[in-house]
Amino acid sequence: MEAFTSLASGLSVAIQPMNLLFALIGVLLGTAVGVLPGIGPALTVALLLPITFKLDPAGSIIMFAGIYYGGMYGGSTTAILINTPGESASMATALEGNLMAKAGRGGPALATAAIGSFVAGTIATLGLTLLAPYLVDIAVSFGPEDYFALMVVAFVTVSATFGDSPVRGLTSLFIGLMLGLVGIDLLSGQSRLSFGVPELYDNIEVTTLAVGLFAVGEALYVASRRHVHEEKLEAVRGSLWMTKEDWKRSWKPWLRGTMFGFPIGALPAGGAEIPTFLSYATERRLTKYPEDFGKGAIEGVAGPEAANNASAAGTLVPLLTLGLPTSATAAMMLAGFQQYNINPGPLLFAQNPDLVWGLIASLFIANGMLLVLNLPLVGLWVKLLTIPQPWLYAGILVFATMGTIAANPSPVELIMLTIFGVLGFLMRRFDFPIAPVIVGLILGPLAESQLRRALSISLGDPMTLLQSPISATLLAIALIALVLPFFLKGLGRFKAVED
Amino acid sequence: MTQFRKGLWRSALAAAAVAGFVTSAAAQMELKIMAPAAPGGGWDQTARSMQQALTQSGIAKSAQVTNVPGAGGSIGIAQLVNNSKGDGNQLMVMGYVMVGALLTNKSPVTLDQTTPIARLTTEYEAIVVPADSPIKNAKDLAAAIKADPAKVTWAGGSAGGVDHIAAALFAKAAGADPTKINYIPFSGGGEALAAILGGKVTAGISGYGEFESQVKAGKLRLIGLTSAKKTANVDVPSIKEQGIDLEIANWRAVVAPPGISADQKKALTDTMDKMAKSKEWQDILKAKGWEDAYVSGDAFTKILADEQARTKDVLTAVGLVKS
Repeated sequence: MEAFTSLASGLSVAIQPMNLLFALIGVLLGTAVGVLPGIGPALTVALLLPITFKLDPAGSIIMFAGIYYGGMYGGSTTAILINTPGESASMATALEGNLMAKAGRGGPALATAAIGSFVAGTIATLGLTLLAPYLVDIAVSFGPEDYFALMVVAFVTVSATFGDSPVRGLTSLFIGLMLGLVGIDLLSGQSRLSFGVPELYDNIEVTTLAVGLFAVGEALYVASRRHVHEEKLEAVRGSLWMTKEDWKRSWKPWLRGTMFGFPIGALPAGGAEIPTFLSYATERRLTKYPEDFGKGAIEGVAGPEAANNASAAGTLVPLLTLGLPTSATAAMMLAGFQQYNINPGPLLFAQNPDLVWGLIASLFIANGMLLVLNLPLVGLWVKLLTIPQPWLYAGILVFATMGTIAANPSPVELIMLTIFGVLGFLMRRFDFPIAPVIVGLILGPLAESQLRRALSISLGDPMTLLQSPISATLLAIALIALVLPFFLKGLGRFKAVED
Repeated sequence: MTQFRKGLWRSALAAAAVAGFVTSAAAQMELKIMAPAAPGGGWDQTARSMQQALTQSGIAKSAQVTNVPGAGGSIGIAQLVNNSKGDGNQLMVMGYVMVGALLTNKSPVTLDQTTPIARLTTEYEAIVVPADSPIKNAKDLAAAIKADPAKVTWAGGSAGGVDHIAAALFAKAAGADPTKINYIPFSGGGEALAAILGGKVTAGISGYGEFESQVKAGKLRLIGLTSAKKTANVDVPSIKEQGIDLEIANWRAVVAPPGISADQKKALTDTMDKMAKSKEWQDILKAKGWEDAYVSGDAFTKILADEQARTKDVLTAVGLVKS
């Protein structure tokens, strides 16, 4: 096959010692910045651009790709160990991952994340190799109404993160939706709920909210409970590595996560958050061990982590084939291409085949490197949990504050972090789930602007949502997902009676 | 060997420039350049390119770039006006987008409070349609808009930005009511491009760089650029040459804080004059595909005032700014 011949010649570019070195620097840097909340791969690539200007194009673009993949790995480490997601894409991982770490199963959680990322990254890169030209046509045909329908599916499945009480879950979701309204409305250019504070014009940063609710809130909560009853953390309980059982429970979520991550990542407005939450919801519904969810279920880590990495590869589909940057990092990589007068787009595969296939090949290599790098470190990482609690949480507070300030150097941002921290504490204290707040902040504005765009294009006719086949199908899926649980419950009751 | 050495020397220089110190023989200015945006955007790239050109050519002793992101530059300009008053070493990168953003955000600080130094670059707006669109040229598009402005959907950047203003000006020039245009803002360039390629909207409007590779690949049809005359890089006459009276460009410039002395202003202007002529700057312009539009002194002050007045009129006309 032609793709494989090209890939082989790409591999010969990627395994040149210099390019291997660039890939290694990239994954190391990426892992490091992924670990820090707030500083993401996009910022790193932006700061590196002027330095790499004098390097050879293949090398620096390979390095950028390494940073991208590395960032996706690094974000999950802190999410699992200290409940501080470095990126919004690792938020779903934090839900079950941190519970696993607290139960002494941090080792298997990190391992399933690393291996799952590797599996998903590899499959998705393979998908990028073979499907990119076909997938991109579908991706472009996605209109605003179809995106809106996709958001509806995501909203329906979000209920999986609600915990036991739908009322509390919905309350959390609506707090998030309300926070999502703050700032300049994209479609009308008018500011809402920003009370004349210019820092609020740019909407509330997802990472600030996540770090505040997850990390700061948790630190406050632990501090408040310390004298009542001290939570004894065991760093390692049972095996540090994944057991046979863990493998058995992980491989299907890996594959399913990839199936969510790659195609949605390839959509120009798909992103990494929606597939991770969809994957979390699916695993929660399909698991054979529903009692484990809420206590640290390995499926809840394996699925979202795979989805997260697969979506990173998906993002490269529109970038390489159309020159469409669909994430902040992809936009920076585009700027990287442009500084060498290389324009990603329909002609890139024809004009610079060495570069494209070299990049794709080095993605495989970066993935392998990350696995080799991360697995031996698992033992070291979980040692982090043996740090005495007051020190550990003081450290987390410093870490969270630094990350927030680094991303957005403004006192207003710190005040918001503090407010969200207190909010997180109160929500924990009164038993409200936290994830729906973040889901609301991410999905709310997206759903709103896509719906308004769709209606604007159709001149206000809501039937546009049903006329598009993609949108109609997705809405039908959402309806089924909404109704099916009740139906099954009824069926179950019926069966019980029959028994 | 020499090639290698040269490369090494250059990367060392670049690294030193990033670290913010460069040893240069002459005693020149130690500049601080603020990019009122997050790293990576157009203003940030401009600031970092200036840093590169100024230090590599030795025109400035050092040039430190700081980022003050937020609200289309409203936060950066507030900081420049309030905290850097009288500082003769401070510059801020800004552009046409800031003119509109300050108006729509009702910013308490205005560009009149800054000291204009020079305009650096410009990029013309391009109007494109999907390759299979029945619209072939600017006249067709103008006729469609005149028939029913609401049925012509435009995809472009943020509301009140240069794309939006250009779309409104096009409608006005076509003889339609600019308040009736159906402009759909998208957040990133990529998303808007996808909507145009997918045929979800009638036309797209943005800087030509965003569309160039798609136009060359035949996936989009270029209706024209908003330049006065056809530029060398395209095959289509400008929109103005096609009989629609529309001329607009997205320029980038530098301004200094208020309250600097005439000598300080002259020193900054001289430094910019030198930079604009340097080989290093010209090389960067070529690599980035930015059009040189260097104007300094009173000529730039007048351009800035004119653009503010025109933008206010347009934004008031489309209802984004209440007069």
